[in-house]
Amino acid sequence: MSVIIVLILVSLAVGLIFLGAFIWSVRSGQYEDTLTPSMRMLLEDAPVPCPLPDAGSAAVPLPVQEKNTER
Amino acid sequence: MLAEKRFCCLGCQTVFSLLQENGLGTYYALETTPGIRMKPAGSFKWAFLDDPAVAETLYDFADATHVRVTLYLPVIHCVACVWLLENLFKLHAGVGRTVVNFARREAAISFDPRKIKFSELAGLLTDIGYEPQFMLGDAQPVKLAAWRKKAWLQIGLAGFGFGNIMLMSLPLYLGLDTFNGPWFKAIAGWLSLGMALPVVLYSAADFWRAAWAGARQRTITLELPIALGLAALYGTSIYQVVTHQGPGYCDSLCGLIFFLLCGRMFQKKTHERLTFDRDYQGFFPLSVIRKTPVGEECVAISRLQTGDQLILRNGELLPADARLVSGEACLDYSFVTGEAEPVKRAAGDHLYAGGRQVGGAITVATLKPVAQSYLATLWDHEAFRKPRDYELDSLTNRYSRRFTRIVIGVACAAAIFWLWQDPSRAQKAFTSVLIVACPCALALAAPLTQGTAQRWLARLNIFLKNGQVIERMAEVDTVVLDKTGTLTATDGRGVLFQAADSPTAGGLTAPEAQWIGSLTRHSTHPNSVRISQYLAVEPRPVQGFVETPGAGIAGEIDGHTVWVGSTEWLAQHGVSLTKATPGVQVAIDGHWRGSFGMENALRPEVAALIAQLGDRFELALLSGDNEREAARFQKIFGPRATLRFNQRPADKLNFIRELQQQGRKVMMVGDGLNDAGALKQAEVGVAVVEHIGGFSPASDVILDAVQLPQLGRVLTFSRQAARVVRLGFGISALYNLAGVSIAAAGLLAPIVCAILMPISSVTVVVFVCSTTAWLGSQTLKLTAAPSQKTTATDRNLPVVATTLEAA
Repeated sequence: MSVIIVLILVSLAVGLIFLGAFIWSVRSGQYEDTLTPSMRMLLEDAPVPCPLPDAGSAAVPLPVQEKNTER
Repeated sequence: MLAEKRFCCLGCQTVFSLLQENGLGTYYALETTPGIRMKPAGSFKWAFLDDPAVAETLYDFADATHVRVTLYLPVIHCVACVWLLENLFKLHAGVGRTVVNFARREAAISFDPRKIKFSELAGLLTDIGYEPQFMLGDAQPVKLAAWRKKAWLQIGLAGFGFGNIMLMSLPLYLGLDTFNGPWFKAIAGWLSLGMALPVVLYSAADFWRAAWAGARQRTITLELPIALGLAALYGTSIYQVVTHQGPGYCDSLCGLIFFLLCGRMFQKKTHERLTFDRDYQGFFPLSVIRKTPVGEECVAISRLQTGDQLILRNGELLPADARLVSGEACLDYSFVTGEAEPVKRAAGDHLYAGGRQVGGAITVATLKPVAQSYLATLWDHEAFRKPRDYELDSLTNRYSRRFTRIVIGVACAAAIFWLWQDPSRAQKAFTSVLIVACPCALALAAPLTQGTAQRWLARLNIFLKNGQVIERMAEVDTVVLDKTGTLTATDGRGVLFQAADSPTAGGLTAPEAQWIGSLTRHSTHPNSVRISQYLAVEPRPVQGFVETPGAGIAGEIDGHTVWVGSTEWLAQHGVSLTKATPGVQVAIDGHWRGSFGMENALRPEVAALIAQLGDRFELALLSGDNEREAARFQKIFGPRATLRFNQRPADKLNFIRELQQQGRKVMMVGDGLNDAGALKQAEVGVAVVEHIGGFSPASDVILDAVQLPQLGRVLTFSRQAARVVRLGFGISALYNLAGVSIAAAGLLAPIVCAILMPISSVTVVVFVCSTTAWLGSQTLKLTAAPSQKTTATDRNLPVVATTLEAA
């Protein structure tokens, strides 16, 4: 009957992976704007990577602390 | 080729022209487009952005080579706007990545300050039709974003705990542990406790904090019974697991927190970019141009000193009380007084802050610091300083006070009863009552009803500051209305053309109307705007457009020279006016054609609205105008209503306070800054705006002027919503009665708890949401289409507002 232990551990591991993915998605700002990406998808050509290297992290508004420290 | 096509917005048009030029070249010229006159993109307009003190407050991120700034571009309107702005780097080498947030009408733009100055970037955006708007005191979005992130994480964690603990509890409920032996129960128990710990500590953190704050202030809020219930649930679970008595209640605990957080998220829906708490600073520019011995410089408003000489150009706002030094001042005080007609002032005159210069540049000397100006002193009134705390008196809190006392009473009674009968069951009965009576359903009833009601109202372009406004609106018994700008409109209505050669109104031929309309749409003078709205014609290309600010405009359309302006201005141009008529004069090819009369017309259906409100509420009218229209309004309002004229902002505020001292619950409906005090003082302040997202004074409700006739129905709806909340309380009380009876008998098993709790929550949620939505569809007239005067941008807004996500 120890197979149930294995099953519980596996299910828990899967759950934790998804929890991790969720936390990552929230922290990377994917919940900030749920409207624009749906529109961006309709555009034929994806924006070409721009010549200028980006300031700070990618598509997300900067976190507050960065604002204060980087100045 | 552009001429034959019509576009929903400038963005679409620009994209089209860009595509036409093949290869998205950097060259394009909107100036060749007929009918569109680009505003002069004077880089001086944006020069203040290069002032480090100003830029500092606006940048999200800055170092020597990279700057990122989030700009509010209210023109953002459709997919094409997103495309164009996100391809901005193709237009200028100094611009990096741009990310548009459509819902907030914002673009986060990275640029290289060595290649393009901030002011040049703003100029570039203005050139392609996206003029950025800068406002002081708009720092909240960052805070809100952080809050939202945390709220999502809390919900996610609680959901994770709920689902996974339930997964382990189900076999136990179904008796699977008998196959597996007692060790399975122990493992499941410890795992549940472990998973519930972060939920209790992190997800439920706000409840602990609120309950603690309430306890310290010795007030009972809803959080107190919630916190008690949560503590009882987790405490009992630990006790049961440690003593091997059972698996505990961790599944119910996490489910409860999950539902509560979902309810809170639903209620906290914010209307992106609508500001309900704007003070006078929000109306002021970030910086002004100061005259120095050597020339001119941009100076941040905060560094302005008394006696500074400022230069105000056309369209700029006077930030402090000042004396006119030179130039022809023609100030539009519509922000302050609601009066659209600009006021002329001569050199040496005293000018109050808040006026917008229409016309040529003027030089003024400031007399008072910004914070002590006439306008700013209004905000020093105690009505603004003391935050109104209706929260403590909300329907939910009134119920929860009673509820908490009863629950604690029953728990104690049960404990005492069992101590006397069977002491072994006393402790269990006591905690069981606290557990089962946890007011989850009670906590959800009000937020969900209010959230649903808010969404329904948002479809009508009526935006509430928060859910509690509905409750207060339901209690209103007196409605006070402002006249100018609220009941009367300053748009195309009330404009009448009177031909020079005819005694009756009318007489413009269709081509003439088209010429005049094409010309006036290029001017931002209020009268030009009204004439354009009145004529509403298909624009023709205008050549040689000239505007003498504050006096008149001229241009050539289809080979005809058209002049529109004041009597004196036309006379200066050699047009002979055969008789004196008031209003805006028109001359075509040098001959006087007639004049436009401007009257403040009542908004449509206002009379019907007043009649409808008069049956149910006490009515009053406040106006900053003189009494010349008193008789007309007394007739509309009926003999019982109070009408007051010549009201200054402070008078309006005091009038509301007098009503409140008589025990009345007042709703104030107003528009301009002159109503700001009254809006703030009233139980419910309704700001009537011509353009959603435009400037509005601090208020509880922002209402699209087109929807004003719906006010009566909105009030009815709010009363119905309050009734739905009470019914929701009733249902939750029934469940609690059943649950508490079982618990007090000392019979509560985890499985009973696990079933009863979600069922009671779900029933209440389904009931309040569906009932409110149904009432909304019945009471509110959603068919009322926006009138033709609303621009395409406005029409698109309700759709956006309702698809915004619950946050």
